[in-house]
Amino acid sequence: MMRYVLLVCAALLAAAPLYAKQAVPAGDDPVVEKRAVTLEEQLRCLVCQNQTIAESRADLALDLKKEIREQIRAGKSDDQIKQFLVDRYGDFVLYKPPFKATTVLLWAGPFALLLVGVIVLFVYLRRRRARIVQTSLNDEQRSRAEALLSGGKDRA
Amino acid sequence: MKRFLIPLGIFIVLVGFLAVGLRLNPREVPSPLINKPAPPFTLPELTDPQRTFSQKDMLGKVWLLNVWASWCVSCREEHPVLVEFSKRNIVPVYGLNYKDDRKDALAWLARLGNPYTMSIMDRDGRIGIDYGVYGVPETYVIDKQGVIRYKQIGPVTPEILDAKIVPLVKKLQG
Repeated sequence: MMRYVLLVCAALLAAAPLYAKQAVPAGDDPVVEKRAVTLEEQLRCLVCQNQTIAESRADLALDLKKEIREQIRAGKSDDQIKQFLVDRYGDFVLYKPPFKATTVLLWAGPFALLLVGVIVLFVYLRRRRARIVQTSLNDEQRSRAEALLSGGKDRA
Repeated sequence: MKRFLIPLGIFIVLVGFLAVGLRLNPREVPSPLINKPAPPFTLPELTDPQRTFSQKDMLGKVWLLNVWASWCVSCREEHPVLVEFSKRNIVPVYGLNYKDDRKDALAWLARLGNPYTMSIMDRDGRIGIDYGVYGVPETYVIDKQGVIRYKQIGPVTPEILDAKIVPLVKKLQG
């Protein structure tokens, strides 16, 4: 009997994380909730910076979650809600910042680096090919090479 | 010799980037509110919640809006600086008491001194969102037309006051 009780306790303890995931205040409307979560996953929490608003438990993130849900219920579009946050916190809140003058380096930089890498590789390969001269072995060299190669085979 | 020059050049460029990058503070996100009108609010006063205060009441004056809370550790570090600064009577400092308990806030001011001409209560943090508050304390310099001209994220220090805020306030006061 005691063993059975312990087993049930252990099972309940193991199940605790399942409940923990539901701790975020769930809205009553699943449609609102789904839209809110999708939006929050694209937005940065400014307190923890490397978490999305959806992941964050910071006070500000909780307030913003509430705000986002209220705005969804008020009939605002996703873009309007994003704009609301950008107006207050800047492009930094967006995990996918817009392409504009100040973010050109961010978006184009990696491709520019890739291009530089490809050019460097191409130039290097061409120079190397130019340096390689075909030479043939004379008889003495050939017999030495064969001796070395067969010697390796013997050892193996 | 040329073989070593290229890696050395790349190394120097990298060091240059790191030297700049490591000095930047990632917590200081440039505010989009600079040079925009201060977001409107009408909030109850901390000492007398029956009365309200609005940013419109300050039109025609240069003023500082300091976001603070009794639960905020950095505010405590900043507080003596503000108390000293308020004695110099350069510019009125208004406090936005952010997501705080009124009793705690009043006790805090009673114990540590009150540098604020007035404090107003943003109990649920709504106005904080409008002002883009994310790391209390924050301080805004607002000009005579009600436009935000400067935002300090994190505690105000005597150096920042003397180097940035006071010269800016003097210029705005004309």
